[in-house]
Amino acid sequence: MTRLSGIFLRPQVAALVAVLLMNWLLFPDFFDLTWRDGRLFGSLIDVLNRGAPVAILAIGMTAVIATKGVDLSVGAVMAIAAAVAATLVVGGQPAIVAVTAALAAGLLCGLWNGVLVTYLDMQPIVATLVLMVAGRGLAQLITEGSIVTFSDPVLIYIGTGAFLGLPMPVVIALALLLLTTLLVRRTALGLMIEAVGVNKGAARLVGIPARLLLIGAYAFAGFCAAIAGIIVAGDIRGADANNAGLWLELDAILAVVIGGTSLLGGRFSIPLSVLGAVIIQAMNTGILISGLPPEFNLMVKAGIIILILILQSPLAAEAFARRMPKRKTAPRERTMP
Amino acid sequence: MSILHKTALAGGLAVLLCSSALAQGLSGKVVGFSQIGSESGWRAAETSVTKAEAERLGIDLKFADAQQKQENQIKAIRGFIAQGVDAILVAPVVATGWEEVLTEAKEASIPVVLLDRGIEAPEDLYLTSVASDQVKEGRVAGEWLVGAVGDKECKVVELQGTVGSSPAINRKQGFEEGIAGAANVSIIRSQTGDFTRSKGKEVMEGFIKAEGGGAGICAVYSHNDDMAVGAIQAIKDAGLKPGTDILVVSIDAVPDIFAAMVAGEANATVELTPNMAGPAFAALDAYLNGGTVPEKFIITESKLYTPADDPQGEYDRRKGLGY
Repeated sequence: MTRLSGIFLRPQVAALVAVLLMNWLLFPDFFDLTWRDGRLFGSLIDVLNRGAPVAILAIGMTAVIATKGVDLSVGAVMAIAAAVAATLVVGGQPAIVAVTAALAAGLLCGLWNGVLVTYLDMQPIVATLVLMVAGRGLAQLITEGSIVTFSDPVLIYIGTGAFLGLPMPVVIALALLLLTTLLVRRTALGLMIEAVGVNKGAARLVGIPARLLLIGAYAFAGFCAAIAGIIVAGDIRGADANNAGLWLELDAILAVVIGGTSLLGGRFSIPLSVLGAVIIQAMNTGILISGLPPEFNLMVKAGIIILILILQSPLAAEAFARRMPKRKTAPRERTMP
Repeated sequence: MSILHKTALAGGLAVLLCSSALAQGLSGKVVGFSQIGSESGWRAAETSVTKAEAERLGIDLKFADAQQKQENQIKAIRGFIAQGVDAILVAPVVATGWEEVLTEAKEASIPVVLLDRGIEAPEDLYLTSVASDQVKEGRVAGEWLVGAVGDKECKVVELQGTVGSSPAINRKQGFEEGIAGAANVSIIRSQTGDFTRSKGKEVMEGFIKAEGGGAGICAVYSHNDDMAVGAIQAIKDAGLKPGTDILVVSIDAVPDIFAAMVAGEANATVELTPNMAGPAFAALDAYLNGGTVPEKFIITESKLYTPADDPQGEYDRRKGLGY
């Protein structure tokens, strides 16, 4: 119970509420939801739908960052997965083959990163930079430089369909969130990942298979990126190797940071990373409907992010604790949901 | 194509051209072409159209792909000079740093023609430059819209290209000029879609929500076709009919916008022609064979395409060009 109330006191939730309120002030119909063509329809749903790819990336990124690593290649891996799926369905393969191949390609990219980081002992930022640069080239090779447009109903359904009234990308992101959270918190997996992130050597000495976990984290990030890539391709009914997932690795890292996971490894929270992705998208959608000239987009975004990060800095937490002495356990709480 | 075929073709062309007193054509001439690379579908189309034009005219085209690097372009141009080609085409990757190598070409008396981008260098270093007029492209789109809506009130949403890029600035300015005379046409919202399909779709979704479910939007003007293709999907998702409920006008004329026109979902596009080489070869022909110095800046046509212009045929014609 105290843990639950702790979640609602977190600065991320306050930030999300603040951003949503700001959107509502800019655009009074922001919270309006209508039912159309068997699905919910409204700006709030747009936020979740557009935020889903980054949320999925952030789930994988959280696992990597918790091991004290980082994966810069997820945007490029999205482009590769999109290219693989689109070229296969255009070549006449059934959707199930295309989706499986795209997921396998993502997994393979992740394994490649994992091997570079563990067995060659490369710095994660350098190891994944390789694929960030080369991966987009690879995707362009697969699509031969053009946008591969398809009309396969299954792929389009993954990107734009609806399930129980919610857009398919949202359903996929929620399912992934639930599965991974259960997996890392109902088993010892989460604890072991945190142990590897804090001190790899010590973790190995107590019998944790550190290398396997590291490779697993990168492979999982690649797999998540492939899911996001298929969604993005399905959404626009085509694989755009030049632009699919471009710079999204940065949004994913930002989502994880807003979620409070330390870039130095150790403690992590997948639900809060997803919340971070939703905050970023709520901000993007707010800027789009505000009517501000596009020249201001990045400045406004940067300003809000700085505010959020200040809000959750130790300094702010201390000030908050001093103002409300009775609740002083809440902001210092170490266990994450 | 065999040598025999080439010769036969060139011969046929020569006969055709000789009937006009102008010149004997470019057949047999050697032309070097330094291309930037293949950063977009349009660029790939430009390369394949240039090769096709050269083949049609019987030109021996030496092609060099610079992979987005100026030093590769300079190396390629030096190579062309050393081979003693008759002329050089360059699509410059950046605007500066060309004086030295172009002076070398000038000293070797090899005419240089710039394709689709300008450079900052003395004008006597190159014969001419062939490029599109981006402001005009926007103006043609705006004028089409003014004509299409008549005196009906029309609120337009605009999908801009990447903030600060020259096509985004110029195409915005051109469109505003195009609708300036019509008080009934006005831009109510304008945001950047970064020239991509997915951002075009996302921004259009926002516009539709912000304008009462799209009821207040009469047309969308997109700085390129890709964003328009994304916007069309957003309009459909909102339960509206693109092309009817909301008019769609954009620029570039890539194959997929013609597919949308066939489906009745797009209304007009202004072509950014990938055939920059055609006018360049014509200018070279006049210069090499008749000594006529062409104008310094050749502007390509910004042709408007609507569903009346055989979109299926245009789609089929463009599909193979590598867009």
